[in-house]
Amino acid sequence: MKVRVDPDRCQGHNRCYSLAPELFDVDDYGYATAAGDGVVPPELEAKAKLAAANCPEFAVIIEDGG
Amino acid sequence: MAAGDSRPPVEDWATDYDIFDPAYCSDPGPIWADLRARCPIAHTERWGGSWLPTRYDDVAEMARLVPALSNQLPIVVPPVPFHDPETGEVLRTRPHIPPISSDPPFHGPARRLILPAFAPPAVAAHEPFTRELAHRLIDGFAGKGGCDGAVEYAQQIPPRVIAHLLGVDEDRADDFIAWVRGILEFGATDPELRMATAQKIFAFWGEEVRKRRAQPRDDFISVIMEGDLDGEPVDDDHAVATCNLLLIAGIDTTWSSIGSALWHLATHPADRRRLVAEPALLPTAVEELLRVYSPVTMGRLATEDVTVNGVTVPAGDRVLMNFPSANRDPAHFPDPDTVVIDREHNRHVAFGVGIHRCAGSNLARMEMQVALSVFLGRIPEFHLDDNVPVTWAGGQVRGPRTLPLTFSPAP
Repeated sequence: MKVRVDPDRCQGHNRCYSLAPELFDVDDYGYATAAGDGVVPPELEAKAKLAAANCPEFAVIIEDGG
Repeated sequence: MAAGDSRPPVEDWATDYDIFDPAYCSDPGPIWADLRARCPIAHTERWGGSWLPTRYDDVAEMARLVPALSNQLPIVVPPVPFHDPETGEVLRTRPHIPPISSDPPFHGPARRLILPAFAPPAVAAHEPFTRELAHRLIDGFAGKGGCDGAVEYAQQIPPRVIAHLLGVDEDRADDFIAWVRGILEFGATDPELRMATAQKIFAFWGEEVRKRRAQPRDDFISVIMEGDLDGEPVDDDHAVATCNLLLIAGIDTTWSSIGSALWHLATHPADRRRLVAEPALLPTAVEELLRVYSPVTMGRLATEDVTVNGVTVPAGDRVLMNFPSANRDPAHFPDPDTVVIDREHNRHVAFGVGIHRCAGSNLARMEMQVALSVFLGRIPEFHLDDNVPVTWAGGQVRGPRTLPLTFSPAP
């Protein structure tokens, strides 16, 4: 599983960062990006899904498989 | 409600809603549910006229229609002029609190100027002060076995945190409380009060900005004065307006959220006991309480004809961004009127969506989490005092203004 943040949608709510700080970084303005290469370790998959399901901008995107 | 007594009662909320009606202030949920089902974008001629979307998808779509739905009139009641205190000349005819009152392209630089002060690391730096403040407030009433949770606790936290953040004396909190109510609460239906309060606020910030222009300090006001707007220096006028924004946007909003959360926990003992037993649920619970008791409804002004969900809002009309109702839409939230403190899927829009997402949302969350965590830690069992009525403010910022609580005297 991989996670990414659509920069055109992210408005810096920080919901993903507060729910899954292992998977996201935020910049000085609060806008989020996936941490590292975005690969989600199996034990954090539930947290990744939770972050996606709480983003009011639908900006957190989960890519399965690969 | 200053002008409330003379208004005719609402007979049809779809065509004649009144956001200052006592029924709407104390429990708007059933009104929204009715509108969502039969007339999801309501209209009224009251208070200068406006439109009221009630469904999540419509509210989210409208919030992103920028600048067709412009932010130049965030307060929905007709604006009051702002005068030069010496000459009496009208300086502005509309609120100037960038970036809330700004549209692109100016909105972006005005927002970037303030965002770093509200990003997670900057907010974390204010947590120790907030925690110490919460304990200090509880020290004042814990031994009495009762308190007004709105007046003595919820209302006291945001003005002091904002004063601390801006770099002004915490003793100004009582003025801040009076001023923000003079604009948004009592002032909403009393234009004279709103006009007089705005003059006081601008005079105060003008003096604070002048002091820092002469001698910079290590505080938010100095930091923004030394910042830039896309390369242009920040002048005193913009610095004053930015301070005013923090006062208007950061005080009664957050105190309303803290107060509503305390009201919920006082009236729902199972939720309260679960949070005491499982404090790790607090962040999730705070998001859920923000969803069900969202305090803020923002105003927009149509700068062109806008059609959403089959309803055309003509240019010149105003729209109320009904984030609180969006958050109770059953299409997005199963069992929407029930607080589920471990609700996992929660794309609530209490802080808005789109480019005007509340810049202070991380600060508000931190204040809520600290306020509730300290209160539950010190006073785990508390109830409403049935002898004193709970009162609610409504309009564009909803929350309890009197919240009588009883508990066993605590250390």
